[in-house]
Amino acid sequence: MSDMAIELRGIDKSFGLVHANKNINLTVRKGTIHGIIGENGAGKSTLMSILYGFYQADSGDILVGGNKVTIKDPNAAILSGIGMVHQHFMLVENFTVLENVMLGAEDSQILNTSISKARVELKRLEKEYALEVNPDALIEELPVGLQQRVEILKALYRKADILILDEPTGVLTPPEADHLFRILGQLKDQGKTIIFITHKLREIMAITDEVSVMRRGEMVATRKTKDTSVEELAELMVGRRVLLRVDKGEANPGAVKLAVENLTVRDSRGVTMVDNVSFTLRAGEIVGIAGVAGNGQSELLEAISGIRKAVSGTVLLNGRPIDVTGHADPGDLRSRGLAHVPEDRHHVGLVLKFDEAENGILGYHNDKRYLNGVFLDTKAIQADAEEKIRKYDIRPPNPRLKTANFSGGNQQKIVLAREMERGPDVLIIGQPTRGVDVGAIEFIHKRIIEMRDQGKAVLLVSVELDEIRALSDRIIVMFAGRVVGEREPDATEGELGLLMAGVEGRKEAAE
Amino acid sequence: MEFFDTIVAILESTIRVSVPLIFAALAGLFTERAGVFDIGLEGKMLGAAFAAGAVAAVTGSVLTGLMAAILISVLLSLVHGYASITQRGSQIVSGVAINFIVAGSTVILGEAWFRQGGRTPALDADARFQTVTFPFADAVKDVPIFGPIYSNLISGHFILTYVAFLLVPFSWWVLYRTRFGLRLRAVGENPGAVDTAGISVIWLRYRAVICCGILCGFAGAYLSLAMSAGFVKGMTAGKGYIALAALIFAKWRPVNIMMACLLFGFLDALAIRLQGNPLPFIGQVPVQLMQALPYILTVILLAGFIGKAIPPKAGGVPYVKER
Repeated sequence: MSDMAIELRGIDKSFGLVHANKNINLTVRKGTIHGIIGENGAGKSTLMSILYGFYQADSGDILVGGNKVTIKDPNAAILSGIGMVHQHFMLVENFTVLENVMLGAEDSQILNTSISKARVELKRLEKEYALEVNPDALIEELPVGLQQRVEILKALYRKADILILDEPTGVLTPPEADHLFRILGQLKDQGKTIIFITHKLREIMAITDEVSVMRRGEMVATRKTKDTSVEELAELMVGRRVLLRVDKGEANPGAVKLAVENLTVRDSRGVTMVDNVSFTLRAGEIVGIAGVAGNGQSELLEAISGIRKAVSGTVLLNGRPIDVTGHADPGDLRSRGLAHVPEDRHHVGLVLKFDEAENGILGYHNDKRYLNGVFLDTKAIQADAEEKIRKYDIRPPNPRLKTANFSGGNQQKIVLAREMERGPDVLIIGQPTRGVDVGAIEFIHKRIIEMRDQGKAVLLVSVELDEIRALSDRIIVMFAGRVVGEREPDATEGELGLLMAGVEGRKEAAE
Repeated sequence: MEFFDTIVAILESTIRVSVPLIFAALAGLFTERAGVFDIGLEGKMLGAAFAAGAVAAVTGSVLTGLMAAILISVLLSLVHGYASITQRGSQIVSGVAINFIVAGSTVILGEAWFRQGGRTPALDADARFQTVTFPFADAVKDVPIFGPIYSNLISGHFILTYVAFLLVPFSWWVLYRTRFGLRLRAVGENPGAVDTAGISVIWLRYRAVICCGILCGFAGAYLSLAMSAGFVKGMTAGKGYIALAALIFAKWRPVNIMMACLLFGFLDALAIRLQGNPLPFIGQVPVQLMQALPYILTVILLAGFIGKAIPPKAGGVPYVKER
């Protein structure tokens, strides 16, 4: 009997020219939570897909419980006692919980008998692991946290001893994530082995016993979690020292570039999302808008950038009004020096099916330097893309690659490069580092501060309070569509937190 | 009483014209529920009708004709499967290609083999399906109301007609009460879920496509061996598309499919009956309007007036393991 749940020896895998896994060795002890951390694109998911039989390794051995096994498809993985909770749930949305759990593990041709057996077994699992969920509920009616629980139950139903969770917290709210951690702790106590994949350092420190770090397809280190630190892991992930804090000098505010007065915006249902908001933004400063997601920040950005019609109010850009209540044209605003990095890069910022070079000119495609008469000047576009790739360290450095195939951080860099390289007077940025890995975060933060130091006015919206505090020269807090306070960046997290929760704001308004 | 007889006559022909629609729509149900859209129902039905007519004419055996119909239809299904499942091509293009190839080749082969302008020779009674007469059908014929209903509506159809109607509950049972059905519906909604559960997406979809071929074979054989006595070029006359419309109209559910096919069949039967018989007050109803009604109804449904028709989520999308 080996006390190793899983051993990988010399696993190697290439996809065409991309060497996704290079000679990976990994040992996971039984009954532990083993974290695997790495930036997006480091090869974590590929490695786990090999372990689960989605892909075959080009070379290398897999040992489960000390015995060498061949995992040629997911079925073989299941038989070896490996279960996987995928990042994007593998559930049939219009099936019930019970049907999803038994799918593929039905024990007879006729469903009725399988269903009653599965129901009994599911009940037992729910009790044993305290994972209650209504077996007859339809998946599409369940919140995301419960859907994930169904995925875990699916694995347990197939008698998995080793559970792989691929970026499980990406879709969860913080309380749901905490709940998941408690469940994982329980599973560990019952003797299950858990492999936990993430790119979030905080989660690794919170729940793992051991952690292995991957970087560019290689396994670079394995540490006991209690013997390591966030700083060390970040450095191992990125391959160099990472500043988790941002260095920036004093702001040097100049003329008012953007003035928002009494702006009110409603959403499509007619609910007032931005309520009589006023503020100014000067050249050479970063103003951060803090707030819990859904308190009107998104609508505020959309109204200023001309995507959403406002109900009332005025916005002055460089002293000239923007027709926010009428037909503000985002293209026109761009030419007037307002650049916008939208919150949702997948749906608003990029066309994922276009290649990098094409996305690099979106919105600026009528610019003379990209045109050759009525046609696009592909050479100029290509040269422009290559320059941005170099300047923003976009990887892989291939302007012809479909944007969908870049990692989140590199996609964000593509959007940033497009908007920043125009030298706008005003830069509006929503969620600059959502779904972006540590190395890219550092880069993006530096670029934002550089913009400020060049005398640009930057309006920053983020739900990450740390980010707001690190970058902003002034912080405006929004709650329920209204500005409930303005603070200096040295305000404590507690103070801002209370404002964001709407507690302090009401008092202030009353005074 | 004359009015009653007219109604019975219309309903009788409703049943007669609905049968190929039911076979074909159920065929579409199996593939589309598995995520493979099939616009080639028309072509498979036509190919099957030709194979049935040709083989029955040569062998003089109705069963051999039926087998030939199923064989050809399954082969055409496998072509569609190979193009759209294995090679991950466009399911629409593959389906349309099958329709065109069959429409052309049946005429060419028919002319080359039988020299009757693309027809197959008229079949003897032995080489085609006969109607089944239920016990006492003749005896009760003259009983008012019940008599005509029993002897004309319930009794007196081809064996394939009864098979078609029995296939409706059977398809429901297969889809909703068997392991195969559960997996088939799952693969049409989220093939990833099936793949990660350790089941082959490709083999499952091939099986669904084969089911479709078998059922289209029945539809084709019904046309040339039961409804007519031989194959006539283009004899499906758009029934495959009407079946597709019925499938959508029925929101991909077996019992609804039967209802939709009966409705469309009824409109067809009514159109035939109204030809040259002006209605009181309204006058002559254009045949074209009646023939267009199934499509008009489907468009109205798709526009969302009669609830929403939500197709299987993974329908039309070849399965590629995410990378």
